[in-house]
Amino acid sequence: MSEAHTHHEMSFWEKYVFSTDHKIIGFQYMFTGLFMALIGGFFVYVFRMQLAFPGIDVPGFGHVSELAYNSLVTNHGTIMIFWFAMPVLIAAFGNFLIPLMIGADDMVFPRINRLSYQIFLLSALVLIASFFVPNGGFGGSWTAYPPLSAEAQYNATPLGAPMWVIAVGLEFVAFLLGGINFITTLMNARAPGMKMYDIPIVLWMIVIASILFMCSVGPLLAGAIMLLFDQLIGTGFYNPAHGGDPLLWQHLFWFFGHPEVYVVLLPAMGIVAEIMAVFARKKLFGYKTILYSVFATGILSFVVWAHHQFIAGIDPRMANLFTVTTLIISVPIAELCFVYIATLYGASITFSTPMLWALAFMAEFLIGGVTGIFLGASGLDVYYHDTYFVVAHFHYTFVPIAIIGFYAGITYWFPKMFGRMLNEYWGKVHFWGTIIPFNFIFIPLFILGAAGQHRRISGYVHFPDLYTQDLQNLRIIATVSLIAMLAFQVVFIVNMVYSWFRGKKAEINPWKANTLEWTVPSPPPHGNFAEFPTVYRGPYEYSHPDREVDYWPQNEPGPDPAKSRK
Amino acid sequence: MAFQVPVATSRSSTGIPTSRLAVWWVLASEIVIFGGLLMSYLLFRLLHTSWGYEAAHTNPYAGGFNTFVLLTSSLFVVLAHQAAEVGDTKRSFRYIWYTIAGGGVFMLVKAYEYTSEIMHGYTMLKSVFWSFYYTATGLHGFHVLCGMVIMGIIAQDVKKGKNLHRVEAIGIYWHFVDVVWIFLFPLLYIAK
Repeated sequence: MSEAHTHHEMSFWEKYVFSTDHKIIGFQYMFTGLFMALIGGFFVYVFRMQLAFPGIDVPGFGHVSELAYNSLVTNHGTIMIFWFAMPVLIAAFGNFLIPLMIGADDMVFPRINRLSYQIFLLSALVLIASFFVPNGGFGGSWTAYPPLSAEAQYNATPLGAPMWVIAVGLEFVAFLLGGINFITTLMNARAPGMKMYDIPIVLWMIVIASILFMCSVGPLLAGAIMLLFDQLIGTGFYNPAHGGDPLLWQHLFWFFGHPEVYVVLLPAMGIVAEIMAVFARKKLFGYKTILYSVFATGILSFVVWAHHQFIAGIDPRMANLFTVTTLIISVPIAELCFVYIATLYGASITFSTPMLWALAFMAEFLIGGVTGIFLGASGLDVYYHDTYFVVAHFHYTFVPIAIIGFYAGITYWFPKMFGRMLNEYWGKVHFWGTIIPFNFIFIPLFILGAAGQHRRISGYVHFPDLYTQDLQNLRIIATVSLIAMLAFQVVFIVNMVYSWFRGKKAEINPWKANTLEWTVPSPPPHGNFAEFPTVYRGPYEYSHPDREVDYWPQNEPGPDPAKSRK
Repeated sequence: MAFQVPVATSRSSTGIPTSRLAVWWVLASEIVIFGGLLMSYLLFRLLHTSWGYEAAHTNPYAGGFNTFVLLTSSLFVVLAHQAAEVGDTKRSFRYIWYTIAGGGVFMLVKAYEYTSEIMHGYTMLKSVFWSFYYTATGLHGFHVLCGMVIMGIIAQDVKKGKNLHRVEAIGIYWHFVDVVWIFLFPLLYIAK
């Protein structure tokens, strides 16, 4: 930690709390996100226990009332998407990687960056505070449909509901500020010589995700203001009795909500692309194809939202239209998967921990993607809607994205972030301990969903069709697997903390990668580069026939193979 | 705390100054916020022709006057930018304050409108039209107010000859606030 001495001695507060350094802000986002994930993980443990063993006193929580159950489910979803997936995948990796990978010393607006984190922290505190107000946190599901969300007489949380809306609104503002910073930095602060197609895919993905977020969240922010007025002042935006319309919220929410899926998917896909190229020692297949597929996905993601509302009373002709667009959007995503597999084809693959996570991402996300086609068909959705089939489907997308994507990224960039190597053996134990239980949680939920189990019920005791021994066994398998998966996360935490202090010292470039972050010391000092690099070629020149070593750093002077091939 | 502007801020890979680029992205995000609100309003409005009778109780003369005031203040901010470009900090400072004054007059007229409407019983709870009216004009007024505060801060810098490029950035923002009003005025006041 010698960087503190270069300018002046910084106090602990200056250096870690009110820092404007993009790396510290990235860590702040990451650790806040992980802390929130622990809360989200605890919530799911409590309500899964209630579902598997209805009415028991859950150890560590106690009896789960219906009000508490609703609140737990709602806030589990809210936290995992808005306070874990987004801060960790976009904000933490984006902040850490963007300046390092483009050869800059920081973001273009470091103080706006700091403000972004502070607003984010405030939003997290508001959300946590909402659990402790009378009647507890909001329980109207993370989608917050009115009238359930708008009227206290229905949701029974007169304080929790508005606090939830305020927390989500603040979080959006934080990500808008961060997103503007990300986009501007990538557009304007690249190292000399780094052209559009020399940018590492992960940065493209994070920035395209930021643009998608920015373009989709506005209507929901407006909608959130309207919802807040409905809750607090008593306006009737969503109340048909006053001339409003509850469906309006659903449109505003899902106009954001569906692009949001891609907002978190793209950074994870980007992380996986980096890892695959490095551990396959091959040039990433179809760089431009990946990029154009992502553009297509981004544009299409704005015209699929109503597939969440097939049974909400929308016009059937509109449902047809949205079925078609929904099925079309799986084409560019499938394209991405094929291109990634083509990178692996014929490669000499090293099965290191990051690579295992990257491969698991592909395999598991595929299941999530394919089951999405069922739900995108408006006819089938009439049956599947609001069953556990939907729950299993989106967990097969979001768990690979948020959890597997995060572990892929952290195991790959850990040496750069903390200057030490993670323990490979325990990394692999943690990998299998997470992946195997994960499938045992959600495959039973597919079966339960197909059997007709509805999502929003806190116990099936009073539903004889659903409270059979067979179905209850499936619920118990899912819950026990969940506890196993949660328990294996301890392995990761211990491994991380131990490696952080006692791990093998990391070299500058332990994976022999090409991108610019691997040209600076691990961990990078304040200001990153002693001498700003110049970029000569794309990021994925591995195993080039003209070279003795199998990698070709972007900043090494010499010819650009992309040019000589023309 | 000593804050050093990083090298990244002074780079310009696109050839567009970073501050201008960032403001355009801010506007992109603002467009969808106002766009979402106005789209919701428009769709309702097309369904409920009765809202025309409610709109008849707005004051188009005050609104028209405010349109004129805002457009004039936009001219002032252009003149402030022009002065900043040639380094005439005094003139730039003066024009920035004319712009702020324009925003102030706008807010006063708006306050008068709100007061008389509320006195006549057209509160936010009267109907969804009025809910939209207060939400949209309120959100716009909030943007006017923010612009005024930021301009006040920038004016202090300009006086000392610092950060002259920020005059352009706030100018772009101010034009946007103006354009939003150009949409709000006919939609809420004139369309009957």
